[in-house]
Amino acid sequence: MSAIRETADQVATLGEKYKYGFVTDIEMEVTPKGLNEDVVRLISGKKNEPEWMLEWRLGAFRRWKEMTEPSWARVHYPKIDYQNSSYYAAPKANPKLESLDEVDPKLLETYAKLGIPLHEQKLLAGVAVDAVFDSVSVATTFKKKLGEAGVIFCPISEAIREHPELVKKYLGSVVPVSDNFFATLNSAVFSDGSFVYVPKGVRCPMELSTYFRINASETGQFERTLIIAEEGAYVSYLEGCTAPMRDENQLHAAVVELVALDGAEIKYSTVQNWYPGNEEGVGGIFNFVTKRGDCRGRDSKISWTQVETGSAITWKYPSCILRGDNSVGEFYSIAIANNYQQADTGTKMIHLGRNTRSRIVSKGISAGHAQNTYRGLVSVHPKAENARNHTQCDSLLIGKSCGAHTVPYIESRNPSARIEHEATTSKIAEDQLFYCTSRGINQEEAVALIVNGFCKEVLQQLPMEFAVEAQKLVGISLEGSVG
Amino acid sequence: MLEIKDLHVSVGGKEILKGLNLSIGAGEVHAIMGPNGSGKSTLSYTLAGRVGYDVTGGSIIYKGEDLTALPTDARAAKGIFLAMQYPVEIPGVTTINFFKTALNSQRRARGESDLDAVSVLRLVRGKAAALKVPEEMLKRALNVGFSGGEKKRLEILQMALFEPSLAILDETDSGLDIDALKLVADGVNALRAPDRAMLVITHYQRLLNYIVPDRVHVLSAGRIIKDGGKELAHELEAKGYEQIIKDAA
Repeated sequence: MSAIRETADQVATLGEKYKYGFVTDIEMEVTPKGLNEDVVRLISGKKNEPEWMLEWRLGAFRRWKEMTEPSWARVHYPKIDYQNSSYYAAPKANPKLESLDEVDPKLLETYAKLGIPLHEQKLLAGVAVDAVFDSVSVATTFKKKLGEAGVIFCPISEAIREHPELVKKYLGSVVPVSDNFFATLNSAVFSDGSFVYVPKGVRCPMELSTYFRINASETGQFERTLIIAEEGAYVSYLEGCTAPMRDENQLHAAVVELVALDGAEIKYSTVQNWYPGNEEGVGGIFNFVTKRGDCRGRDSKISWTQVETGSAITWKYPSCILRGDNSVGEFYSIAIANNYQQADTGTKMIHLGRNTRSRIVSKGISAGHAQNTYRGLVSVHPKAENARNHTQCDSLLIGKSCGAHTVPYIESRNPSARIEHEATTSKIAEDQLFYCTSRGINQEEAVALIVNGFCKEVLQQLPMEFAVEAQKLVGISLEGSVG
Repeated sequence: MLEIKDLHVSVGGKEILKGLNLSIGAGEVHAIMGPNGSGKSTLSYTLAGRVGYDVTGGSIIYKGEDLTALPTDARAAKGIFLAMQYPVEIPGVTTINFFKTALNSQRRARGESDLDAVSVLRLVRGKAAALKVPEEMLKRALNVGFSGGEKKRLEILQMALFEPSLAILDETDSGLDIDALKLVADGVNALRAPDRAMLVITHYQRLLNYIVPDRVHVLSAGRIIKDGGKELAHELEAKGYEQIIKDAA
């Protein structure tokens, strides 16, 4: 039975059980606008955090005040007034809707195209789900299964209270507090996120995606995720959702840290489909993310796969530090930018250990007036004997007004390194579209088919149950791109 | 089946077809022969509804319906199939997946239900063997790295799969050696049927030794200038286009 099916069944069972569930009024809880030490203290206090955590946040805040926003990316946006935002809202403060009738029909249309079951549609759209099922109970079921394997999987706020020794040891050890403007801001005000700890020799018994699909609404404005795989452990984690999320926050600045010890493997997949703004480029999420994995142990492996179709602005470079000898880093990316979206994304592969290998496959698709930039760094340090990298960077253009840019940085300080970079730029050719339509495939489906073919190598890396949805998402993201 | 009357077609503002008349009945195979630049490919693309081929005058009546306003994919669903001279490569899309997508698109447009992957594979396998299309080819990306002969065989395989009412074969013989030509011709002949019309477009008479037409038309400067039986192809081969065109004038 597929994981999705299983989840759906569990949800259905619970739905029966909670048929006569009750409605709880959730009070809005938002801090006043502005950012200062009091706000940081307030956030920490709301989470019942220990003193050391508050100090950590305050330290980050003091550094952040001294920092300036980076401007090197090929993205343009109006200046963000950081004092004009609110930095804490209770997790479920979004006003609940009574039924799907109140939801934007366009959103529902997209859910239907993705084939998302009705009860999940409600959850994603922010409709009160109390009568359908209690998501907390589903989470508990999964948690029990994970607990039996010794896997800790909980909100990071809970981990700070329950597992302080692990959090103290690893938090900020991959992305230091002062790493960059957005990461430092996140360190000061992060709202919540996930914590995963897989003990020695344990293969996580389920794709953590299964859980996430149900709990997708927890993704917050300043998300913080920490995943630790002990010696010989394995975990596959999927963040995000193919369905567009209702989200009131414009600025998102998440930090994700991964630590893989000897022989451990972490597979981290992202599907990002936040509001991209309308066809004229008004509105949309600004997504400034710092994601980094540390292959700390020998023979460890970290693999990033991302499908980025949403957000008005994407600034994101999931990276690997290949510290352990024989460690492997991988980055598979699909970035789609349509209308007035701007994406500046890529990766950094830092080779420190011997015989370290990295592979980069980036597929950028631009349509409408969008600008799509691949920015990548491959760095081989002096001790990294026999380091290997292969980079493949393909861009596909749809229409005449969009742009694709490739900015690779390569630094090699060891003569035994072998680094290969391939880049291509192509257009969807009129003859390809004609061929497809002459066989009865309509124009939009033809674009989706051709683009999915272009992205195939990356789509294959996704957990199976999401690959199908991601394929549909690729098509939906490009609707209307060919006149 | 197909009734073309006084058809005028422009490409990029230049008139290519200048008052073409052609009538094809069900079960018939017609050949259009003509020198380079006479408008052969323009005719095939116009029938398929390619964007940029503007019908500026006349009509194309197919099964009693004027086609000129119908988009390409709708024509395919109504049973018009064009086997192309240069089949296009689509990287990353397997041949079998392409077939399935196309077949189900046509079925949906006709209000029929989708076929699942297993049914499609079974259907394709049955027809692929006759055209010597191995299973391995179906798993490769459509036309990517295929030889000329392989590409043409895949075109005919699609024709067998979609079972069109009107099949247009545009220079199907180009780039084929004699063995490949025979194989493709056998495939086409096997699809001759009382309810199916075919329009074979070719430069050379050679193909018509294997696909024997009921009628032959000579196209020159955007107009049919001569009609005849299958012997007209041999006359053309003997005299050359120049003489025939001169005689007709």
